[in-house]
Amino acid sequence: MSTRLKIISAMQQIAVEQKVTLPPLDDDLSLHETGFDSLGFAILVARLEDELGIDPFTISEDAAFPLTIGDFIKAYENVPA
Amino acid sequence: MKMSPREAFALRDYLGADLKGRTISDARQLVSLTDILGQTCLAGRLGELSGRSVLLAVADQLISGIVMTELDGVARRMLLCPPDLNPGYLQALMEGAGIDAVVTDHPARWADAGTTLIVTVGAPGRAAAKAQTKRATEWLMLTSGTSGVPKIVSHTLEGLTGAIVADSPARSGPAVWATFYDIRRYGGLQIFLRAVIGGGSMVLSEPGEPLADYIARLRAAGVTQISGTPSHWRKLLMSGSVAGFSPRYVRLSGEIADQAVLDGLSRAFPAASIGHAYASTEAGVGFAVNDGLEGFPATMIGDNRGGVEMKVEDGSLRIRSTRTARAYVGPNAAALADAEGFVDTGDMVELRGNRYHFVGRRGGIINIGGLKVHPEEIEAVINRHAEVNMSCAKSRRSPITGAIVVADVILAEGTDASRSGEIREQILADCRASLPSYKVPAVIRFVRALDITAAGKLARHDA
Repeated sequence: MSTRLKIISAMQQIAVEQKVTLPPLDDDLSLHETGFDSLGFAILVARLEDELGIDPFTISEDAAFPLTIGDFIKAYENVPA
Repeated sequence: MKMSPREAFALRDYLGADLKGRTISDARQLVSLTDILGQTCLAGRLGELSGRSVLLAVADQLISGIVMTELDGVARRMLLCPPDLNPGYLQALMEGAGIDAVVTDHPARWADAGTTLIVTVGAPGRAAAKAQTKRATEWLMLTSGTSGVPKIVSHTLEGLTGAIVADSPARSGPAVWATFYDIRRYGGLQIFLRAVIGGGSMVLSEPGEPLADYIARLRAAGVTQISGTPSHWRKLLMSGSVAGFSPRYVRLSGEIADQAVLDGLSRAFPAASIGHAYASTEAGVGFAVNDGLEGFPATMIGDNRGGVEMKVEDGSLRIRSTRTARAYVGPNAAALADAEGFVDTGDMVELRGNRYHFVGRRGGIINIGGLKVHPEEIEAVINRHAEVNMSCAKSRRSPITGAIVVADVILAEGTDASRSGEIREQILADCRASLPSYKVPAVIRFVRALDITAAGKLARHDA
């Protein structure tokens, strides 16, 4: 599974758990339009760290948290494995 | 017994030759408790320890137990060292307790101990003369906290045995006692004293012994009464070694006994009385709960029951009784009790209906985005799942919220690993149904084992 698919799949799983109805996850969808609250993103980042072995938001101190789905996925794709 | 309670009364005064066939054993030897007063491990040197403040630093529990019966009523103080004590703390503890004699199985370690009297223990041998009780010896014990130099807590034999004498156990045949605890810890010492005073026998645990071998020894010795922490018991339930072991009295203490572990023990030992006791090194034996339910009836607060008074203040349980420790010992020792004599246990309780439930340790709170969370209340929910053996909730740093709750879970023996995804979702659903969202674990990991401290408690690394 590609990084992108793993991220989308994790988001869908959390959406079910948190009873959030996700809009279509297009690259330009802003993260706050996903319906996730900060706890939802905290869960997502923790689970992706376990699954992918990286947490791009802790590695780089000055990393700004992304604004869109596309930027969020890129943050993971851009970290050298 | 010939001495009145107003005179100095020592352990030896409980040991008469009237009860035959009593033994104390470990994995390597068996010693008669009936004629224990005729035995010594001090090779004739007990007299030198009279009036001294003695550090009892012997690895072997059986020899330590015999030396305790020898020293009590003779030494001024004895400081009991559990085997896992960090040697780096010894200097500070000896200074704190004013130690001027050491009883050891390792004399080379004390070669440069200066003027301190060193007495080397040996295997039990015949004592030349029966020792006389001269004074009420102070029993010094160490707290089981995991960080820093442990605190020294002072007890009297009278306080230590208060609950035992009060219970006057209804005996249905001779009791054979065992405990997962080391007898140099409060929980284990209680069982040792019960065996000695109550006229029974005792089987000691052995460091490093495989659980199945230990249980085989308990079975062979016909153990009837046994105690340990919920973590000890969960480990036993997981081990698959309980078959054929049928104690009639099973006790939990030292950690929160949640409904899951109480129910698990009821299933494993259908004929046994299963109860949880509240006791701590500082607060002594508080109370026992024998109705099979977690927590304790709210009616126990306030009344003076058998010499124990309890109150709840700022959410924590406070206990006043003659069984609490006398004081902390050492320079700058804090007060052990408040002005009214209540000891703050640091165990937080919550009233639900007509029962108080333990929710966690005051010092064990984890901070989740500014909200306080007791890991124990999350574990209690996770442990309710039929296929969970035990769990450990903790905080994990998060770049988004600062911290989140995560949980490590051990599945019950024989659980099909392919079902872990399904079980994870069921656990999360249980948590969401009973906990606010910030307490629901963000991540659940299935693990093979969880760290248990030498005191038998779940190790909490981030607390």
